[in-house]
Amino acid sequence: MAGLSTRHLLGIKDLNRNDIEKIFETADNFKTVLNRPIKKVPSLRDVTIANIFFENSTRTRLSFELAEKRLSADVVNFAASSSSVSKGETLIDTVNNILAMKVDMVVMRHPYAGAGIFLSKHVNAQIVNAGDGAHEHPTQALLDAFSIRERYGDVEGKKVVIVGDILHSRVALSNILCLKQLGAEVMVCGPTTLIPKYIGSLGVKVEHDLRKALNWCDVANMLRIQLERQDIKYFPSLREYTMMFGLNKQILDSLDKEITVMHPGPINRGVEITSDVADSKQSIILDQVENGVAIRMAVLYLLAGQQV
Amino acid sequence: MQNLTLLDGQKFQITIQRLCRQLIENHNDFSNSVLIGVQPRGIYLAKRVAEELRKILPHSTIEQGDLDITFYRDDFRRQGAPLVPNQTRIDFIIEGKRVIMMDDVLWTGRTIRAAMDALQAFGRPEKVELLALVDRRYSRHIPVSADYVGIEVDSIASQKVVVSWKETDGEDRIVLVSEVKED
Repeated sequence: MAGLSTRHLLGIKDLNRNDIEKIFETADNFKTVLNRPIKKVPSLRDVTIANIFFENSTRTRLSFELAEKRLSADVVNFAASSSSVSKGETLIDTVNNILAMKVDMVVMRHPYAGAGIFLSKHVNAQIVNAGDGAHEHPTQALLDAFSIRERYGDVEGKKVVIVGDILHSRVALSNILCLKQLGAEVMVCGPTTLIPKYIGSLGVKVEHDLRKALNWCDVANMLRIQLERQDIKYFPSLREYTMMFGLNKQILDSLDKEITVMHPGPINRGVEITSDVADSKQSIILDQVENGVAIRMAVLYLLAGQQV
Repeated sequence: MQNLTLLDGQKFQITIQRLCRQLIENHNDFSNSVLIGVQPRGIYLAKRVAEELRKILPHSTIEQGDLDITFYRDDFRRQGAPLVPNQTRIDFIIEGKRVIMMDDVLWTGRTIRAAMDALQAFGRPEKVELLALVDRRYSRHIPVSADYVGIEVDSIASQKVVVSWKETDGEDRIVLVSEVKED
């Protein structure tokens, strides 16, 4: 009955298949807990968790906070915009000050890749990465794979295409690593400028024609164009991007089979996905959000259980 | 290892039947009572008792569920790794019902404390009773006692009581296992 093979959750890269399956099995149990009249269990009653967000977030922050509260942990929230970070405090100092107030775990989102890894080497707390720059977003990948497993019974052998801004997306990298680990086939699709040069080394297919990609896949994960991370222009206009890579009802209905549509949020309706697709019965976008709480409960439970 | 069989074969069956009769004395036709087996090993007892009750009371509906207590244990973070939970299956309402909780072995009482916590998440029962197939006497860490007991056993902490079931282990048997020190 061992726990996870890692003390922190910094990325999917640190997890083996066994870890991922253990997280899924535990999340199954938490999902039943979340459907009870009383949705709270006392497991983490003596654990204090700080949610430190150096970057904006709605879903992830709320989802982590709810997961923590459902597990009875004590929660403190911290948003960089309203803190002493703007007065020049360093990351290690900020976190060590928070830890001095007897905090056991840190859930952190940061605009720089590797911030979680850096922190885990310098402070004495368990770190959960809630997104670091364009690097990894492990809990999102876990909940995406968990949602595919829920829809199809298994992830192994499923064909998943990730469409959009692969270059700037932490969701894409974590998803690729997680899906490959679970035995799925992965393809990325987008404009050449938004596909990283060495993507082939991750063992994924590349396609630049959306229709071909959709005809190949069982699941399409539509990503947002991350304008805030783009310092140069990667394509002529958003309107042209939408024409080439936007998912609309017309394309969806013209496919040979019924595929499942996912989106990690936030959605830019009318850009990468139209409203009628996002709200259709083929879309499992809100199931993803629901599963997010169960997955985060499982991760926190399995990590916190290691401490003595 | 030294094994001492405490109960098996026909005697095991007689004990189960006696427990069923005792339950009927207090719960009549079970119209307002439900059976809950505590995971992982109490569920076999609850299933067996439910099966016997259905034979004795063919016109009654006997509701039986499984309750997992992993998230309610008091030793989280006090052992090497978190325990992997089992399934909870309660497909009926327990609000206002008389609940009979069942576990195969009652030892320190900590499992039952956690089970009572876990049960709260499903509503407020009218009454909660406890049925234990084996009561390891004088070893409680918490003031818990069973309302129905199969057999009582005097044992020391280093010993183990293992209950096997026909359905999963091939035979009905209760064994007291002692570790023998090798010099």
